Amino acid sequence: MSASSSHARHLAEASRLANEIRLSVEQVSYAYSANPAQAPLFTLEATSFQARPGEIVAILGPNASGKSTLLKLISGALAPLSGRVLLSGFVIHSLTPRNRAQRIAVVQQESTLLFPARAWEFVLQGRHAHGRSLRFESEDDVLIAKNALAQVGAADLSDRWMDQVSGGEKQRVILARALAQQPLLLLLDEPTLHLDIAAQIGLLDSLRRLAAENRYTVVVVTHELNLAAEYADQVVLMQRGRCLRVGPPASIYQRELLEQVFQTPLTVEFGSSGRPRVNVSGTQ
Amino acid sequence: MRPLTLRRLLLQCTVLLLILFGVVIIAIKFGAVPVSLYALGRDMWGVLFHQRSGISTDYVLIIQNIRLPRILLGIIVGASLSVAGTSFQALLRNPLADPYVLGVSSGAGLGAILALIVEPHLNLSPMLAALLTPLGAFLGAAATITAVYFLGRREGQIDSTTLLLGGVITGSFISAIIMFLMSTLSGNLRGLSFWLMGELSTPLQKGVYWFLGIGFLVAAGAIYTTASDLNLLLAGEKEAMHLGVDVPRVRLVVYIAASFLTGLAVSVSGAIGYVGLIVPHVMRLMFGSDHRTLLPTAALGGAIAVVFADTLARTVVAPSELAVGAVTAVVGAPLFIYLLRKRLA
Repeated sequence: MSASSSHARHLAEASRLANEIRLSVEQVSYAYSANPAQAPLFTLEATSFQARPGEIVAILGPNASGKSTLLKLISGALAPLSGRVLLSGFVIHSLTPRNRAQRIAVVQQESTLLFPARAWEFVLQGRHAHGRSLRFESEDDVLIAKNALAQVGAADLSDRWMDQVSGGEKQRVILARALAQQPLLLLLDEPTLHLDIAAQIGLLDSLRRLAAENRYTVVVVTHELNLAAEYADQVVLMQRGRCLRVGPPASIYQRELLEQVFQTPLTVEFGSSGRPRVNVSGTQ
Repeated sequence: MRPLTLRRLLLQCTVLLLILFGVVIIAIKFGAVPVSLYALGRDMWGVLFHQRSGISTDYVLIIQNIRLPRILLGIIVGASLSVAGTSFQALLRNPLADPYVLGVSSGAGLGAILALIVEPHLNLSPMLAALLTPLGAFLGAAATITAVYFLGRREGQIDSTTLLLGGVITGSFISAIIMFLMSTLSGNLRGLSFWLMGELSTPLQKGVYWFLGIGFLVAAGAIYTTASDLNLLLAGEKEAMHLGVDVPRVRLVVYIAASFLTGLAVSVSGAIGYVGLIVPHVMRLMFGSDHRTLLPTAALGGAIAVVFADTLARTVVAPSELAVGAVTAVVGAPLFIYLLRKRLA
């Protein structure tokens, strides 16, 4: 085999990897009921979408639309009633917690601490799934954790106590812990909820940069129309347990559709970037 | 960044081992009959170099038959209670959890008493009969922690104040049953203060020490394999799962092993309180809250605390004796109040 044909094969391989479907949500549904004999209190109807490496998907909808349930199904915390979620060919909810944590990092709304910990200790927790249970952290683990802190611009927070940092700083350290897991898939549940506007933009800018640099597939649950419009490659629009549309923001952001989903009058403009902007006009 | 290394862990344990050694020396020396350490050392030196055939008989009697067994028991009981307390604190996400405060020690006591009551009616070999009491204590401990766990839940979440209250109430309820049983039944049930306050004075057969030692090593070892999982569990079960912890498995292992350790301690020493609260708290202040350090240092610290407390119990009102649980409660109860108020503030 000649060197040039081998090189061509590598290129083909690389381009195939770049275009592979990494996350595939296939007709996933779920029903929650307190009592199996009664009608379910909450259902999520069959939902499908796919995402590639480097892509940001926003799951968008008002409260109680099933966004968080869909995220839990993707993270493997819940097993679907029907359908399946595939990550690089593996059925997610049948992986062990350890195997899942090597592939999927979840950033929750709140992260409480019972005893004080320093930021670096917190970030090193992300390495847990990569080591054996009684192993002490290796130099590699420390390097990866340092790198993760640097990637979110929090290297200077390393020795601070977690209960003494601001909300935005804490969110960055939590994100760094997720990066230390070296995941394929990064899931975030309302990550901007407790942040001021500057910290929101900062977080989402770094998410977009990280998704591009590290080829993460990112899924964000949010109810912020404009943040989803600005940062997402795909939007999954949810209402009352149903997935209404899947597509790029420009095709989802139609005035009548959004007014109906969010139950409020609004206008949609398209800026020079081609990304839509929503102005909520309120009741006249 | 200064991640934990094996070297640092061994250094910390060595320091505590030296302190434990010092406390053991003190415990050998002081008591109703004071022992001259100089004379003892000279005798032992002589034995070591074959200049003498043995230590003076006065010492042999006091040290070998009375003080050393009691010290050994204190070490195992202290380490067991302290590791059990550390485990319950992580499992229930409550820094105030302790086998005694949660009523688990009382439950173990009741289980042990019931085992002592039924034992004469079963035709067991002496070996099995001896194991029946710790088995009863383990089952009593496991049943109690299960009950307290469900009492402490509100809307599917553990509420730490409700949990503590549930534990204290369960404990006093079980203590009342113990008192009732003790006053209606007689026989080989030991004293009431043994079950309610804890004592180390009961002499045991030699085989029992082996059983206690091996039981402790197995259960504490099982808990130690989950040490880094427990670190993550402190952040909550959902978060721990997302970081790769097999939460149901860890919960089961730690729950069974910690109940076993409590049962083990209570079946030979009664309900010594607050050791599992004071010791892990002090160790956390000294060495941090990483369970890979906390579990072994708490085990050594618990041994130090109980041997020291028992030496006080033997000497402060000599020639009479206090229950060792009274000494630990005098220190532990105020600390509990202080920690509770700090948390509620």
